[in-house]
Amino acid sequence: MWKKALSAALFASGLAVSSAAFAEAPAPYQITPELEAAAKAEGKVVFYTATDVAVAEKLAEQFKTKYPGIDVQVERAGSERVFQRIGQEYSTGIYNADVIETSDAVHFEYFKRQGWLTPMVPQEVADKWPADERDPDGNFAAYRAHLSVLAYRSDLMKEEEAPKTWEDLLDPRFKDKMVKAHPGYSGTVMTSTFVLSQLLGWEYFEKLGKQNIMQVQSSTEPPKKLAQGERALEVDGNEYNVFRLIDEGKPIKIIYPDEGTPLAVGNAAVLKQAPHPNAAKLFYAYLFSLDAQQLNSDFGGLRSFHPDVKEKEGRTPLSKIKILHSDPAKLEPEIQTIKSNYEKYFGT
Amino acid sequence: MTSIAQVQGRRSGIDLSWPTFALLSLILSVLVLLPLFWLAFYSFRSDTGGGATLDNFIALVADPTLLRAYGLAIAMALGVGLLSCVVATPMAWLVARTDLPGRRIIRMLVTASFVTPPFLGAIAYEILAAPNSGLVNIIYRSVFRLDSSQYLVNIYTFGGLIFAIACFTFPYVFTLVANALDKVPSDLEDASSILGGKSMTTLRKVTIPLVLPAMLAGTLIAILQALTMFGSPAILALPAGFHVITTKIWSLFQFPPRLGLAAAAALPLLIITIILLRAQKSILGRKGYTVLGGKSGTPRVTELGRWKWAAILFVFSILSLTILLPYLAILKTAFTGTVGDPINLSTLTLSHWRFVLFEFSATQLALRNTFLLGFLTATAVTAIALIVSYLVTRRSVPGSRFLGVLATAPVAIPGIVLGVGLFLSYANPTFQLYGTIWILLIAFMTIELPAGYQQMSSAFSGVHPELEEAGRIMGASRLRTLWDITAPLLRTSVVAAWCFVFVGTIRELSATILLTTANTKLVSVIIYDLNESGDLGAICVLGIILLAASFAVVFVANRVPVLGGSQMNARG
Repeated sequence: MWKKALSAALFASGLAVSSAAFAEAPAPYQITPELEAAAKAEGKVVFYTATDVAVAEKLAEQFKTKYPGIDVQVERAGSERVFQRIGQEYSTGIYNADVIETSDAVHFEYFKRQGWLTPMVPQEVADKWPADERDPDGNFAAYRAHLSVLAYRSDLMKEEEAPKTWEDLLDPRFKDKMVKAHPGYSGTVMTSTFVLSQLLGWEYFEKLGKQNIMQVQSSTEPPKKLAQGERALEVDGNEYNVFRLIDEGKPIKIIYPDEGTPLAVGNAAVLKQAPHPNAAKLFYAYLFSLDAQQLNSDFGGLRSFHPDVKEKEGRTPLSKIKILHSDPAKLEPEIQTIKSNYEKYFGT
Repeated sequence: MTSIAQVQGRRSGIDLSWPTFALLSLILSVLVLLPLFWLAFYSFRSDTGGGATLDNFIALVADPTLLRAYGLAIAMALGVGLLSCVVATPMAWLVARTDLPGRRIIRMLVTASFVTPPFLGAIAYEILAAPNSGLVNIIYRSVFRLDSSQYLVNIYTFGGLIFAIACFTFPYVFTLVANALDKVPSDLEDASSILGGKSMTTLRKVTIPLVLPAMLAGTLIAILQALTMFGSPAILALPAGFHVITTKIWSLFQFPPRLGLAAAAALPLLIITIILLRAQKSILGRKGYTVLGGKSGTPRVTELGRWKWAAILFVFSILSLTILLPYLAILKTAFTGTVGDPINLSTLTLSHWRFVLFEFSATQLALRNTFLLGFLTATAVTAIALIVSYLVTRRSVPGSRFLGVLATAPVAIPGIVLGVGLFLSYANPTFQLYGTIWILLIAFMTIELPAGYQQMSSAFSGVHPELEEAGRIMGASRLRTLWDITAPLLRTSVVAAWCFVFVGTIRELSATILLTTANTKLVSVIIYDLNESGDLGAICVLGIILLAASFAVVFVANRVPVLGGSQMNARG
């Protein structure tokens, strides 16, 4: 059980990929009345997600209005917690979850190797999604993306005083002022720590650790600490939470540093042992529909790979931002190093 | 005819204690030893290869982060114990033995702070005393017109953590000491006065030594609670940038999990706890402390006189810190947009309530599971603790002390470690318990057994066997004596133990967090999940619901006449 997860993580990454021969992606499917009826007969779909709980519940609500009679059970936790939970459950033969979604791309490579996913490709994904934002074998696809951003309280910090680059954060004037999420909890922050340690080196984090940073767990939390006024500046945190707070009228501004902003891609997939296979198939297709993706963008502030999604005015489009991409295959062997270095420099 | 019937009744009564003993030994062994066995097994198992190894123990001494976490955890626990004892003992004396006004309300309020889950208290203190957004600091800055970098208190510090935990562990000391003071008969104190002892001398030489066992027991519970606590450190220590041992062990479960190291890291906790328990025993062992015999007078009451106002001020400030302020903070947060908002008509909102009650899909299920488990656990644990402590204190069966050791042992297992042990024990093809509420019931029973047992056995040692001996001499069987004589005498303690366990179950978080799945969610876990994503408003709403329901249960348990409500009332 645990042994499996463990040894797989440490050794199998190379072996499994080379040894397994994956089939081609299955043919795309559409939402047919038959699928809808079968899903209704099952009556329920269980969604393990790392998206902010308000956004995920909103999405569930919209699904329920569109397909009445199918209940959505939303189970929200941080990416690494969702991963831990599904690992515990699958290794002990408990199959609760239908559809899973986290913001750590490494997870889906791992699920795929373990054979925990059912390959399926909604028509929308086949037609509209860029090729590098979906699994070539059809196991998963990028349901959402968001940046991990620097942001500050514009009433507590003047624009000219705010940092412009990552290096600026090391300035003594930001001591005691910053809040930051944890790579051991948040997939987004794991990704951003990885790309920034490659870009700026661990010496950067060593210096940053001396700035008395308030340490929180989820990447949804730093924006909320800004909103509370607990800290004036966030080192990382979900861009979409910041968008939502700005929409609510909170005086927060985003900084896209010159060196680049890390991007976290949230994949979604249907699990092999889904207890409600048809409802899962329907819900999965729905996740990539224009409706759901537009809702994620409008209400959730998430970035979408659906080309027809219209972003709200005032949000900087991705094309105008220098983006730091992460390669999950390179990140996976580094996880333990990142965690131990992080603890060395930040204390937890 | 009658004499034969009596003899037979007596025989069957005696025979019953052996099967009971055997059954209890079996239950307790399974509850306690099985997870411990798996822990020991894993601590010698390599995390990387799976073979037998000592690497985990080497890492334990070689890894500075683990040692630091241990040092901090021990310092924190001692701090909590000391603070709890220093605050709770004078308060208990004031409430039990003086003419302080409002004693009954004070007792009720202290119970309230016991019912408050520590993690909720920690969150309340985040709202109150975070350096920038904390309400106390906002008020401080606006009163003294200071700039935004100034603050009065910072809860995200080591001292802040000790304070926030002690606020919700001091009731352990308070309750035990106040109950003991209730029972100390006045004859010994009268004797001291008659011999010319002034009231302070009597207090120092008679009363305090008599309640010393309760003080030590309470402090010990507070220390152990703090040492093995997960929620409050996770909420307050992590933002401050340090680990205590429980959060450190928890971090070892993050992907990729290092189970062996986690198991090895948990073992010293077990040893420390055993040392503490032995120390308590050797302190108490030398003296007899029977305070409730067949013949005792009423406790005497000291008149405070001109000290009354100082005493009122002292009690009021403690209650403000532990009850009033946290609860006001929770209420305020539940009804306003964000924590920092001022209170006025435009900021008042029911949005958090709407979210929790109608939009958040986990609420109902979690509430149902939480209360079902609380009820089952409390009933099972009280029953087991009652019988075990009877067997142990009266030594009716040879080897019964073994049962006492088993029943106390889980106190040494941090909930989070027990969670792993149980996960390893019951999440396999033989016992398909993971994902059901039964694994949680087993976890809670194991975790709460020491608390229940401590309560029952200290109650038992307070009842002199002379009363039971009288029953036995009259020809009643052991169980009959237990039922007819001891149980009624202990009724209040049984109800108190039941409430203790119920409340303890409801606020449990550390083992729960590893053992819940989507269908067995508990309120404590969703509160923790929400805290990790910073949804303070929703947390406060759930907290209020949880608290209201717990208060209702405790209130009802204490008022039902059959359960001994009348005694409780009479004592005031």
